[in-house]
Formats: sequence, C-alpha cells, structure tokens
Amino acid sequence: MSELKTLYQELILDHNKNPRNYRTMEDADRTVEGYNPLCGDRYTIYVKVEGDVIKDVSFTGSGCAISKASASVMSSVVKGKTRAEVEALFDTFHKLVTGELHGEEHLEELGKLAAFSGVSEFPARVKCASLAWHALKSAVEAKDVAVSTE
Amino acid sequence: MSTVVNITAAAPAKSRFDVARIRNDFPILQQRVNGKPLVYLDNAATTQKPQVVLDALQRYYTTINSNVHRGVHTLSVQATAEYEASRERVRRFLNAEKVEEIVFVRGATEGINLVAHSFGKRFINAGDVVLISGMEHHSNIVPWQMVCEERGAVLRVIPINDDGEIELDEYRRLLDGKTKIVSLTHVSNALGTVNPIQEMVLLAHERGIPVCIDGAQAAPHLRVDVRDLDCDFYVFSSHKMYGPTGIGAVYGKITWLEQMPPYQGGGDMIKAVTFEKTTYNDLPYKFEAGTPNIADTIGFGAAIDYLMKLDAKAVEEYERELLGYATDALSSMGGIKIIGTARQKVGVISFVVDGVHAHDVGTILDSEGIAIRTGHHCAMPVMERFGVPATARASFALYNTREEVDALVHGLRRVREVFH
Repeated sequence: MSELKTLYQELILDHNKNPRNYRTMEDADRTVEGYNPLCGDRYTIYVKVEGDVIKDVSFTGSGCAISKASASVMSSVVKGKTRAEVEALFDTFHKLVTGELHGEEHLEELGKLAAFSGVSEFPARVKCASLAWHALKSAVEAKDVAVSTE
Repeated sequence: MSTVVNITAAAPAKSRFDVARIRNDFPILQQRVNGKPLVYLDNAATTQKPQVVLDALQRYYTTINSNVHRGVHTLSVQATAEYEASRERVRRFLNAEKVEEIVFVRGATEGINLVAHSFGKRFINAGDVVLISGMEHHSNIVPWQMVCEERGAVLRVIPINDDGEIELDEYRRLLDGKTKIVSLTHVSNALGTVNPIQEMVLLAHERGIPVCIDGAQAAPHLRVDVRDLDCDFYVFSSHKMYGPTGIGAVYGKITWLEQMPPYQGGGDMIKAVTFEKTTYNDLPYKFEAGTPNIADTIGFGAAIDYLMKLDAKAVEEYERELLGYATDALSSMGGIKIIGTARQKVGVISFVVDGVHAHDVGTILDSEGIAIRTGHHCAMPVMERFGVPATARASFALYNTREEVDALVHGLRRVREVFH
C-alpha cells in the first residue's frame, strides 16, 4: 500500500488531472510523437527552440496517469534550459525511475521530478514515465520522427 | 476501509461443481502476492496448471525422456507412445474423426500461420479474398495479411456491432465467389463474445468456402465438437486450457490437409530424401518438421485428461454463473463501462473506469494481489472499433470464485479512492 502511495503522489495525481502546457503549438519548431504500443499511451510533444535553448514545450495526447503527469512536469521544468541541460536532466530522471539513484540524495537537481521516485518500485511503469522524455530528446536532437518505447 | 468478503454475495452457487476442491489442484493459487491472497483473473492470457500437468512434465523428464518416432530403444518407444497418446486425447477432446487430422504446433498462433501459409500457397491466388472478422486477435489478422500480400489477394473484414457481435447480414453479403477462406475466432479474447460458428460455417459451406476457427479462447470454456461445427480447421493452444505453454494443435479435415503442402521442412516430415527429391511423410507428420515439443505435448494430454474428467456441463454452468455475477457486480458499481456486451459470452469482462487509464487500474489492482490484463489485448482494431486506447480485462477460469470477484470490486473501489 505504501509503495502505491509513493507511486501515485499528490503531485502526479494533480498533473494527471490538470496537465500543464497541454495544448498544440502552432508555431513549434519541432513536433515529435511518442507512442507506447504496449499500453496505447500516445503523446505529441511540441518544442520551440532558440539557438541552444528550449524556449517552450507543450504536449497533447492521452495515456495513463504516470505518462501524462510525466509529460506535464517535464514540460514545465525544461523551459529555458539548454539542450545539454535537458539531456543531463533526462539522464538523472531515467536513473531515478529505474532505481539507479536515490531521489532524496538529488532533490535539488530533480525538483518536482523527485515525485517520480516511486516508479522504480514498478518496473512495468518505467516506460510510462519516460515516454515523453524520449520524445523530447529526439525533438531536441532534431529527429522529426515518431518515437516508440517498445 | 470495507472488508473484502461480502458474506451474502459470497454464498456458494448451487452447482454440482466443487470449486474449493478444484483450487486445491492448482498449487500456484495458494500463494500471496503483495501481501494479499493471489486473485488470478488473467486467464485469457494464460491459465494456471494443475498438479497433474506438472507431474506429467516431471515424470517425462525423469523417466522416459528421449526422441520420438526414431529409436528402437525402450525409452524412445515409451516416449513415442505417450506423445501419440496425447494426439489421441486431442482427437477425443475435439471429437475429430481421425487422429491423422491432428497436427501439433507451438500454439494457436503457429496453427493459424500453418493454415494460412500452407492453404494459401495451394488455394489462394491474385484477386481472391480472405475473410476475417473485426474482433480478431492479431494472430488471426497478421498471418492472413502476409499471405494476401504474397498471393496478391485481398483481406476483407466482417464488421461487428456496438455489443461486439458479428453483423451476420454483412457476413452473408461478403461471402461471394471471390472468397477462398473464412477465418474466425470462436470466442473473442478482448470482448468475450461467442460467435455463432455453426451457423457461419453453414453459410460459408453453402457457397463452397472453407472455414478456419481460432479456438484459443473457446477450448477452455466450451465443449468443442469439430464434426458438429463442421469447420474445416480448428486451432487452439494448450496453455490457455490448463496445459503447458509452447504446444497447441491444428485440426484439419483430412481432405484439406492431404492437398496442402508442408509448412516447414526437416526431419520427421519426410519418408525419403535424396538431393534430387524428397517424399513427404503421411499425415499428420507431413506438418511436423523436426523434434517436436515432446514433454509439453504429454503435459497437454494430461491437461485434456484433467478437463475431460470434470463434468463439462457443471463447469460451463459454474463459469456462466460466475461471469453473470461479475458482470452484475461491475455494472452496479457505476463509473465502469463494460466493453463487449454480446448476448453470448464466456470468460471475459473488458472494461474501462471513468477517468482512469487501464494501466493505472492494473497497477492498483496488482497492489491488492489481483492480476488482470491491461492494454489492447493484441486486438488493436477492436480497441479502435470501441474508441478506447486500452481496456482492463478480467478473465475467468474454472478455479475462480465469487469471493475473488468481490475482491476485484473492492480493488476497483481502491482505484476510485486513489483517483477520487
């Protein structure tokens, strides 16, 4: 039961219910689709880039609470960061959800992302948490392709 | 928090079927998962195995393990006898006429691939039509797509209605002179619908069209009589009917199997080989290349024995009561929509919880020890037909109980609490 509470933290439930930056972006520089055929999670990530900096991120689509909250939190934390910073953040986030690092030791770096620490107890849900990130990563790498976590 | 067991609702069903005794036959059911008694409701994915099946596997490997159809030594003779005894059990289970009509394969998927490729090579040509339904599992879609592409044929789909039933008028219309074969599921894995196979076979046969039936979901729940159904092919898997994984069977009418080319080449499927020419073996060996899955075939036979010793009518009645009980329980909760409301159903309840994705439902139920399937159930066109990306699916076996349905309802209340 406690593991379940760690997974579905208030922040995650809130972002699932009221996702931030949930809109299409008409003037996006890059649009990438992220799709998990295993559970049907499907998101489109829109990115506006200026030089090396991520100016704006938004998303649309549907999926489970973990994937939607992850897309929502991600969209709010990467704005204003450089490509390198985003990649480093994704790396840290990925280590967090796969249990390679302990959230409480990296609170400052993770900020809101620390809410996803419970995912590591649910290996089947790692893909849900990282779907939007994979899409964002290929967007900033300028790959205009569909991304699949399968 | 309310208690799991509702005493009134859990009153035993009036049945000659003793579920408590059955549960004792399945060692895996005795365990706890995440601190709760295991409630296994993912039987359409795979069923659990009774002790007699586990014993058969153990006994084979510890006493008679050897290759079949080749040796003159004692163990090989014994292994061959037991392997072939399983074939006879499958024949009896399906009420097929001849043992030569039973071909062992890895499972229903390989069975459909065998029928599609071998039948297709001999009988399907450019411009021909293969007819399937809108509720097929990917395993009864993709092999036919591959054959159609290879042969220049066209795949057509019989539509289904909002309850998840085949539209028979459309079916009649689609049975035209170009249709070379119809391939249908007996029971839908995603919806639980039981299709009117007998009637559909009759309609196809009136136009001289053969019918292949995917019986993977039907064999564990219904009495299957291939002579009564008069289908031309019937494929099914052992692991969905209490037997081991990796083994299944194809029933084919001998007149078709004789005309069809081998599916794979190798040992066991030949009579004589020279570099110039190979003479194929007789049926059913023509379709069984290489050393077969001997142990699991024997385990499959043990599973059939286990099922056939039970009172089939009592099992069917028990499962029908349980499905009715579960359907009522979920319907009366509110905020839950059942996908698949056919008049004739077995074993499966697919559903969506308002505002909660199936994957989250699955995780929360798992924390309560309840195993269900979530996702598209390898039937993405069905999900699209009903406009949902995924469903949660509770699927039942003969060892499930009303108390387990109550636990499911309790678990779904937990889902609501988390997602208030």
